[in-house]
Amino acid sequence: MKKIFAIILISFLLSCSTDSESESNNLLLEESFDRQAMLVNLTENIIVPSLTILDSKLSDLRNKLDVFTSDTSLASLLSLRTSFVDAYKSWQYVEMFNIGKAEEIYYAQKMNVYPSNVDRIDSNTYKSDLDLDAGRNEFSAQGFPAVDFLLYGIAESDSEIISKFTEENGRYLSYLNTVIDKMISNTTLVLNDWMDNKTEFVNSFDNNAASSLNMLVNDYVYYYEKGLRTNKFGIPAGRWALKRSQNVEAFYAKTLSKTLATEALKACRNFFTGTGLVSNQIQGDSFKTYLEFLEESNEISNEILNSFDNSQAKMELLQDNFYHIVENDNIKLLEVFQKLQEGVILLKTDMISIMDISVDYMDADGD
Amino acid sequence: MLYHLDSYFKSYTSSSPLVTFRVAFGLLIFISIIRFWYNGWIESLYLEPNFHFSYFGFSWVKPLGTWTYVIFLICMVSSFFMILGYKYRLASVALFLSFTYIELMDKTTYLNHYYLVSLLSFMLIFLPAATNNSIDAIKNKKIKQVPIWTIDSIKIMLCIVYFYAGFAKINSDWLIEAQPLKIWLQGNYDIPIIGNLLQKNITHHLMSWGGMLYDCLIPFFLLIKRTRWIAFFLVVFFHILTKILFPAIGMFPYIMIISCIVFFDHKLHDNLVLKCGKLINRSKHFAKYGANLNETENQKQSPIALFIILTCLIFQFLLPLRYKLYPGELFWTEQGYRFSWRVMLVEKKGYASFRIVDEQNDTSFYVNNMDYLTPFQEKQMSFQPDFILEFAHYLGDIYRDRGMKEVAIYVDAFATLNGRKSERLIDPNVNLYKIKPSLLHKKWINPYSREIFKL
Repeated sequence: MKKIFAIILISFLLSCSTDSESESNNLLLEESFDRQAMLVNLTENIIVPSLTILDSKLSDLRNKLDVFTSDTSLASLLSLRTSFVDAYKSWQYVEMFNIGKAEEIYYAQKMNVYPSNVDRIDSNTYKSDLDLDAGRNEFSAQGFPAVDFLLYGIAESDSEIISKFTEENGRYLSYLNTVIDKMISNTTLVLNDWMDNKTEFVNSFDNNAASSLNMLVNDYVYYYEKGLRTNKFGIPAGRWALKRSQNVEAFYAKTLSKTLATEALKACRNFFTGTGLVSNQIQGDSFKTYLEFLEESNEISNEILNSFDNSQAKMELLQDNFYHIVENDNIKLLEVFQKLQEGVILLKTDMISIMDISVDYMDADGD
Repeated sequence: MLYHLDSYFKSYTSSSPLVTFRVAFGLLIFISIIRFWYNGWIESLYLEPNFHFSYFGFSWVKPLGTWTYVIFLICMVSSFFMILGYKYRLASVALFLSFTYIELMDKTTYLNHYYLVSLLSFMLIFLPAATNNSIDAIKNKKIKQVPIWTIDSIKIMLCIVYFYAGFAKINSDWLIEAQPLKIWLQGNYDIPIIGNLLQKNITHHLMSWGGMLYDCLIPFFLLIKRTRWIAFFLVVFFHILTKILFPAIGMFPYIMIISCIVFFDHKLHDNLVLKCGKLINRSKHFAKYGANLNETENQKQSPIALFIILTCLIFQFLLPLRYKLYPGELFWTEQGYRFSWRVMLVEKKGYASFRIVDEQNDTSFYVNNMDYLTPFQEKQMSFQPDFILEFAHYLGDIYRDRGMKEVAIYVDAFATLNGRKSERLIDPNVNLYKIKPSLLHKKWINPYSREIFKL
């Protein structure tokens, strides 16, 4: 009897000690997944370049606006719009990074809350002491949705729009200037913040609610669910209440909604795969390779990639004008919603579970 | 045999093990309540949420607004009285009732060790833990001996906990896949020195097997005198390790370590009590507390107490086995999962999206869970079927009260279990508002596609 106990005890002690002593020397030195390298890739290859591109697109928009101001012709309006579309597309790669300065100054809200509040924009054009940072009410009077309204929605036809800009002391034109200047200054703030703090950011790869890795995962999942699925599809299609066709993104430009949604989905896919958006498209460590390391197979990461593909395939079937879809063929939008929903489930349950990321920020005990 | 049993129940011993247990247990609860209060959990868990998930049959137990603080205060004061052994019977009843009330207020916070504290405090009502070395005993002329079974009952309760915790780990996920430890240990990559080690497959397996063997065998090692010290050393080592690896398990390691001291011989406890008693005696406030009286007499046996404790232990032995009565995968349906010492056994994350249907005019819409639940509640709700049903009823009542005539509630719920791909958790075609909560098999749970082998 004594011997049996001794054997069990010794084997148990051995099982405890092997992982902390004898094998530790070689195991400790062996490389496992480098989470910091992943953060470096995501930061240097995706986040900072995305912001830099947006910054340059916004400068271009600024230049085109100067041209339009000196020459209010149809040609310069069209080139201004082209520049707006480019900038709006590049914004889709930035919205998900609601971290640091961006979070602090409500960057995403100031850049892209839609539908825009037309009445507020109109009254703002008369204000001499306009402050776009004054509070939440100003969110929907600035950013891309405001520019969308100003460039496409202040009158029926293009010629009427051009004359609107010159009428009444050019109040719309000067408001457009104010809004675009604000977008540029906000973007500069956020970009500079990243340049100043990126070293600190990539060094914070612990697993706790305040670490970069956890914030990044949570923000990414939140954006996919809220920014992409809910805002671009769910709300207009009336998933939570009555359908709201005026809530589509780029409502006034009319044919832009699909382009923007497609870009947003691509941005999510690229971020997941760690693919940079500059021309050479370097791929580095990402959520995808991290998942593959953790699950020792590619099951979940492949499922997530499939889900991106499925959503994209369904999205390609849509026509450009989401407003029309909601009004006439809403089921099509709901079908895309459904595909995106499958992605939400994969990201929010499977990926978060395997990565062991906490989602609730609640520090209560568990067992 | 009967004769042996009879003489066992009539044999007496020193009450010191019960005394140390009483003091240590009271102290732990006292500290736990202060910690709970200090962390702001009374507000965030019980006062801020608009809705609370209830245990079946206990929906009448709810937080009482500002009075909730009073319950915590009662719990704190009664644990303090328990340490002193002052008005012991009243204190132990108050402690059991207040602590249990707190636990029943919202099952979102369910933890096995809270349940253990409730059980132990219930048992303490009927155990003579304050017959000596207490304020109640100051006037006693003689030291009282207590029946041996009163001390053994606590040991048996602890053995049940360890045994079932180990028993539950004998399943294919734990032993073959090393799940969920694999996920959790890998998530601990940020622990200095061992972080990298925790990424290794071999570590996950060694720790899974080690944990299972520890839980299954430690009761025996603690019971046998020869192995007791080494067993206690293992208890300390094991629970400190779990505290390092999983800081979120809170007071659990301390409760187990402190409780296991009860396994030691009464001589060690006599010494402990004597030394502490002398220390206290110097302050002259508790004259005779732990006094060195030579005369002893036997504490009167209470057949009622014996009956209640025996019934309680038998019940505790049977309760964890009730999962056998339910069909389906236990880890998936969680039918018969709680109150069974299944500690750290599953890693689950869920997603539940509720659809409110107005059947009168055939319109429907989804709701945003965050409008009704805290993030912690939503997290817990989204993978536990009984929570999902309760929340569905809550939503149904809200929309009925808002004037919707024929409310139906459906859910799109998915969950992942121990790292496997998520699956649909609830039958999406079942109107949950029509399902009555009960302890019967929940047919509206979507069966799990995999089988996890278990005893």
